[in-house]
Amino acid sequence: MDPAAAKLIGAGIASTALIGAGLGIGNIFGSYLSGALRNPSAAPGQFPNLLLGFALAEATGLFGLIVALIILFVF
Amino acid sequence: MLALFISSAQAAEKGIDPMSQFEIKRFVPLEIFGVDVSFTNSAMLMLTAVALTALLLVYGMRERALVPNRLQSVAEISYEFVANMVRENAGREGMQYFPFIFSLFIFILFLNMLGMVPYSFTVTSHIIVTFALAAMVFLFVIAVGFIKNGPGFLKLFVPSGVPIAMLPLITVLEVFSFFIRPISLSVRLFANMMAGHMMLKVFAYFVVGLGLLGGWAPLLFMVAFTGLEFLVAFLQAFVFTVLTCIYLNDALHMHH
Repeated sequence: MDPAAAKLIGAGIASTALIGAGLGIGNIFGSYLSGALRNPSAAPGQFPNLLLGFALAEATGLFGLIVALIILFVF
Repeated sequence: MLALFISSAQAAEKGIDPMSQFEIKRFVPLEIFGVDVSFTNSAMLMLTAVALTALLLVYGMRERALVPNRLQSVAEISYEFVANMVRENAGREGMQYFPFIFSLFIFILFLNMLGMVPYSFTVTSHIIVTFALAAMVFLFVIAVGFIKNGPGFLKLFVPSGVPIAMLPLITVLEVFSFFIRPISLSVRLFANMMAGHMMLKVFAYFVVGLGLLGGWAPLLFMVAFTGLEFLVAFLQAFVFTVLTCIYLNDALHMHH
């Protein structure tokens, strides 16, 4: 295989890590909403935790994106 | 639509390069004992962040009014915000390290926010900067742990209530997860800032490439995405600080 092509394919595969980030973020907001609708009075207290979970989940996917960028621009 | 599908070589020819915004420019070249200590755009933005923080806190609090004006309320709200965060995550004992955590939060927040100004430079999109911050937090937590608990701090790696057979495996995992902390802490901040700014740049090229006819669609997306980037800039400063508090809590309260 042409190394340049392999590089691009590798970068594409590495960025599939963002699938997990999407699932995670959706799961966090979905769970928060279903919890908040069951007990709306407890919802505001958990809002910082929601944002923390969102940021943590998003960062995990971005690790994969960084690998893709390293493949593209460093090698 | 063809403008979307140009190869990277063609993109470079046209001067399209989403990485160029992260370039470090030397303003005042300077070398001391063979070490490059030039005054760069990165250093300039760090100084700007420190100057703005000092302005906000010193100038904003100059009246010490009972009914605060706008600038004073911003200073008070940011103080209360971080103080509550430390109290909730690290307990009352954590408050003696409040100045460090507050400085960390404000510094990262200002750097992230200054990076959102068009044509400026995002200092936190360089992994060496975030790694230096994360390594500082890591060493700080280890120092606090050993000063507070002595050699007993090593019990952090040996959780209580684990079956003897599982203990070697769990200990190895705990040690590994402890030493991966500075890396995950720094890469999280760096990756978020870099990916966000790169995405904005790439979509900016779509706007230019699609011209008057189709350019408005990515432009609308960019407006929304810039809003999200402001949220991320705040959130990542928040997450960095909350995790610092949680790590500090591990060092302060060993009994679990």
